[in-house]
Amino acid sequence: MPETGAKQNTAPIRTVRMRVDLWQVGSFLFAALAALPVLAIIWLALFPEENIWPHLISTSLPGYLKSTLILMLGVGVSVFLTGVSTAWLVTHYEFPLRREFEWLLLLPLAIPAYVIAYMYTDLLEFAGPVQQLLRSIFGWELARDYWFPNIRSMGGGILMMGLVLYPYVYMLARAAFLEQSPNQFEASRLLGHSQFKSFLKVSLPIARPAIVVGVALALMETLNDFGTIDFFAIQTLTAGLYDVWLGMGNLGGAAQIATTMLTFVVLLLSLEYFGRRRQRFYQSGQRFKAKTRMRLPGHHAWWLTLFCAVPVVAGFVIPVGLLVSLAIDYFDESWTPQFRLYAFNSLLLSSSAALIAILIALLISYTRRLNRHSRTMLVVSRVASLGYAVPGAVLAIGVIVPFAAWDNWVDSLARQWFGFSTGLLLSGTVFAVVFAYVVRFLAVSIGSIESSLSKVSDSMDMAARTLGYPAHKVLTRFHLPLIKGGILTAGMVVFVDSMKELPATLILRPFNFETLATYVYQFASDEMIGESALGALFIVLAGLVPVIFLSRTISRSNVVQTRRETL
Amino acid sequence: MSNLLEVRNITCQFEKTRVVEDVSFDLSEGTLACLLGPSGCGKTTILRAIAGFHPLISGEICLDGERISSPDYILKPELRQLGMVFQDHALFPHLSVFDNVAAGLQDFRGKAKKALVHSMLERVRLNGKESRFPHELSGGQQQRIALARALAPRPRLLLMDEPFSNLDVELRETLGVEVRDLLRDSGTTCLLVTHDQQDAFTFSDKVGVMNDGHIEQWDNAYTLYHEPVSRFVADFIGQGAFLKGRVREGDIVETELAMLHGKVPPGCKPGCPVKVLVRPDDVVHNDASAFSARIVSRNFRGSSYLYTLELDSGTQLLSMVHSHHDHALGEQLGIELELDHLVVFPDESARDEQISQTPHQA
Amino acid sequence: MKTVKLIAGLALATITVSTFAAEEVNVYSYRQPRLIEPMLDIFTEDTGIRVNVLYAKKGMLQRLKSEGANTPADLVFTVDIGRLADVKNADLTQAVSSDVLNANIPDSQRDDGGHWYGLTQRARIIVASKDRVNLDDILSYEDLASDKMKGRVCTRSGKHAYMIGLTAMMIAYHGEPKAEIWAAGLKANLARKPQGNDRAQVKAIKEGECDVAVINHYYMFNMLNDPKQVPWAESVNVIFPNQADRGTHMNISGMAMTKYAKNSENALKLMEYLASEKAQKMYSEVNGEYPVQAGVEWSDQLRMWGEFKRDEIDLTEIAANRGTAIKMMDRVAYDN
Repeated sequence: MPETGAKQNTAPIRTVRMRVDLWQVGSFLFAALAALPVLAIIWLALFPEENIWPHLISTSLPGYLKSTLILMLGVGVSVFLTGVSTAWLVTHYEFPLRREFEWLLLLPLAIPAYVIAYMYTDLLEFAGPVQQLLRSIFGWELARDYWFPNIRSMGGGILMMGLVLYPYVYMLARAAFLEQSPNQFEASRLLGHSQFKSFLKVSLPIARPAIVVGVALALMETLNDFGTIDFFAIQTLTAGLYDVWLGMGNLGGAAQIATTMLTFVVLLLSLEYFGRRRQRFYQSGQRFKAKTRMRLPGHHAWWLTLFCAVPVVAGFVIPVGLLVSLAIDYFDESWTPQFRLYAFNSLLLSSSAALIAILIALLISYTRRLNRHSRTMLVVSRVASLGYAVPGAVLAIGVIVPFAAWDNWVDSLARQWFGFSTGLLLSGTVFAVVFAYVVRFLAVSIGSIESSLSKVSDSMDMAARTLGYPAHKVLTRFHLPLIKGGILTAGMVVFVDSMKELPATLILRPFNFETLATYVYQFASDEMIGESALGALFIVLAGLVPVIFLSRTISRSNVVQTRRETL
Repeated sequence: MSNLLEVRNITCQFEKTRVVEDVSFDLSEGTLACLLGPSGCGKTTILRAIAGFHPLISGEICLDGERISSPDYILKPELRQLGMVFQDHALFPHLSVFDNVAAGLQDFRGKAKKALVHSMLERVRLNGKESRFPHELSGGQQQRIALARALAPRPRLLLMDEPFSNLDVELRETLGVEVRDLLRDSGTTCLLVTHDQQDAFTFSDKVGVMNDGHIEQWDNAYTLYHEPVSRFVADFIGQGAFLKGRVREGDIVETELAMLHGKVPPGCKPGCPVKVLVRPDDVVHNDASAFSARIVSRNFRGSSYLYTLELDSGTQLLSMVHSHHDHALGEQLGIELELDHLVVFPDESARDEQISQTPHQA
Repeated sequence: MKTVKLIAGLALATITVSTFAAEEVNVYSYRQPRLIEPMLDIFTEDTGIRVNVLYAKKGMLQRLKSEGANTPADLVFTVDIGRLADVKNADLTQAVSSDVLNANIPDSQRDDGGHWYGLTQRARIIVASKDRVNLDDILSYEDLASDKMKGRVCTRSGKHAYMIGLTAMMIAYHGEPKAEIWAAGLKANLARKPQGNDRAQVKAIKEGECDVAVINHYYMFNMLNDPKQVPWAESVNVIFPNQADRGTHMNISGMAMTKYAKNSENALKLMEYLASEKAQKMYSEVNGEYPVQAGVEWSDQLRMWGEFKRDEIDLTEIAANRGTAIKMMDRVAYDN
């Protein structure tokens, strides 16, 4: 676009008609790139080498579907109950340590589900300290002498995932409760409803869209998990996908299962989208004067403290404690120069992915803002978010196939025209790994950046434009400083998720290349949890950074609130 | 004098709905004009179209004789040299007052820039606040900063979108006057958009009353009040009531209070039912009058009372009476009509029943 | 997007560097690097040829397929005959003929056309609780499905290559209908849902969850090397099944040269090296696996268990029955 000096008084050349909009072209391009792996998978599913579907339907598919549904239902109920009840308590009651619990309740989010599964197995299995203690007390010897719940089971899986995923619901429900006008609740109390009934009849329905979003996010994570269900031998669709792909060597069949999972995710996404749309009507978007919180008489308040402590202790204190003690025990074996190199690799890949994801998300979100009423841009941003729906290993296949095809095409062209081979340009490089991370987690950064951009009023853009700033300068000079919080959150979440990412890394990485996640997996899959502890601890620590940041925003929102009250 | 801004037959739509349809108006240099209308009438869309943020379906917008918007061309907003002020002030929260005002002075450096900012701040009487941040200022101060920021680059045209709506009643009047005087002094041409007629009348030379994507009437305040061209304008502007009447030969309208003489709507044949606009100041208290009405409610306004009166027929009228005349509810008040301008509209609601009843009455 | 370019450039630089490095050979490995590193390190020391390893269990074959003629891989290392067969069937290997290889590796342990070569053998043994199992009750794989074992058996997932290999062997000997009865019987005898790897099964015996399990033999040595796991290994007796008839089922780990190997000379050197007495002996000592080369000295641990009768069935026959075996495991709902 021509940069006629903004304040030039001569008339600009009138022949300029509707030009190609570079913003939109860029957005289309990156969205198409991000959708490429998903399209590759769908293509593979449509043209399988051998049609395995009839066999699957008559044998294992019903089982996969059943366990997937049970797992999702269990996790859904568990995160709903834990998340909503704790959010309700910290917003409506006053009890000892309430302020601390507001952010402590977020901590379990930092722990990958597979790590908490390893830790609880270590704790609760036959040889673990709990059962040892029971045996020494009661004089039992063998597992068949007494009944003890098996942690490696469907119930265990639901419990583990519930413990690390409930913060999604807690976070959103708490925000929704805070944004509710106390008047509605008080009106209900005045109409003679009890505290609990008012909660059920008024507060809960109003917060429903936010809760739906939280549950949908938790369920997406559930669907994507491989580490936990593999370790606990739960036969979900993800497990089935690996069986069909690796056991039967049938990639097409695996892609077909992946498309089945995609429909689940599309359902969840529309649930989430629906939730967010409704949210606009329900939520005022502003925080009200802090309501007077209920106080329970005397020591009764401590019961609430205890109630909130349960998920924090079970979801964070115990597993991290175990992890730390194991990491100390095995420190000498684990803290090697290789370990530090792996940690560096993880940092490098994850931060590149975070940076690129932010840039693309900024491009797409800002283009959407520039074309506010364009349905096309809505579609573009949804298409760019598709990768989130695809489990890592499947995504890796979706990356390998088109990348190799491209590489081979370039190579054959080079041979034909220039007489030399370019070899593989993209396949088996860190670029392929970073690409997969970006595709997988772009949805997260787009979501975060879109929502923080939406909080900047449109008039800010118009003010800046009329003051003579072209669109790109409005973004860099005025938006970036205002949404840096959202950008930071987006970057950190992508960073941490990439740190944890395992299956795609395993498949796509170059020669002699390890990250912390592959290192942890290598040992854990050989039941050598001690050796993997230090790596897992590093991943958890990295995960804590954004969680602490989120907690700080949460407590700062209280500060703003109190400041507004004093004004 | 040639027109600075010409808006010719523009139509805009959101997705599939037309929000502005075939709107035209001109602004000459130095005019303070206003688009007035209820929310959703399309006034803000027009403002955005003039600023270059909304495409046109048809028509064109010219500034200084140069076409800046047409269905296939939009001059970028940043090249239009317009100023804009918003309801939410839209100050840049991460910049100091100085930097906010200086935001549009990209071609100036150092001392020149500093001097310009200071003179702007002086004009909005906020000098000394340069290093403050927007959130440290009151709403009125923020809006004056926003004005200073918009005026600093000497825009060809200033656009204001509900600039006073976020302020409390007292402040909006004083600030309205202050801003008007400031704009007059600097000879700035300005188009304001508001739903508040008080804002509109304090501020503007010309007001366009908008309804449902159209401009119903483009006139000065006096004319809008006393000579509304449509029922909508009559309803929307000021207070008033309608008195049923019937057209008689010789441009006479017969009502239950008086025979009125004036222009009747074209196409209204004698005998056709009409409604006559009666403003509160048209109903005068006169104990000697042959007509009286019962006071059904009263509203103390300080210097005056606004009485709602009910005639024997059940028709209600408003009357503005000096507050020395304190009458109780239920009291009968002698009144007469003093209409300077006869404003008559065909009575759409009554037409059908009247047609069937006319033969009997005649 | 400058960053994208930068990263692409970086990536490009990495490849270029690795492509023009000195003598090297590139390996895709299903085996964990720490299990083969000692052999590779000595190879590099002796020959000056660098060995680059990419380790992945999942997706390796797909990567090889997609990369086609441009694959950087010269060699593929796998465990389990099934995976070797998969690579060959996908037309991704090339025939290698070498006097050294032919001399060192017996006929039964290599592909007829020279597309793959076995390196080590692993016995699929049965372990039984020292305290709770009468050794006469469990002498063969067939006994795993007998009524005496009701509710006493643990195995890993029925979809795992080792279990599929075992089932394919049963199909080869008994035919599909009888093998399915066996598989259903074994499923019915399971003490718990299949889970964990082979070590986890031994652990379950120690803990009394089950009495009998099927595992690969070298896991016993691995457990004896980890202080925490020693009690698990010590709680069981090792049984070499079917000594009275066809012998114990043996699977292999092996290697194949890729069809498009660029460093084929170096690759061949590495293959021959791994088949040499020196490397074969190391396999036996480091990993506790049985060398394929006859006459190579066994490790102390292997010697301690002594000679036993091995099933001599042609591995290609096992490979041919894998597809049937996988579907059979689905039909008997082994993992559910």
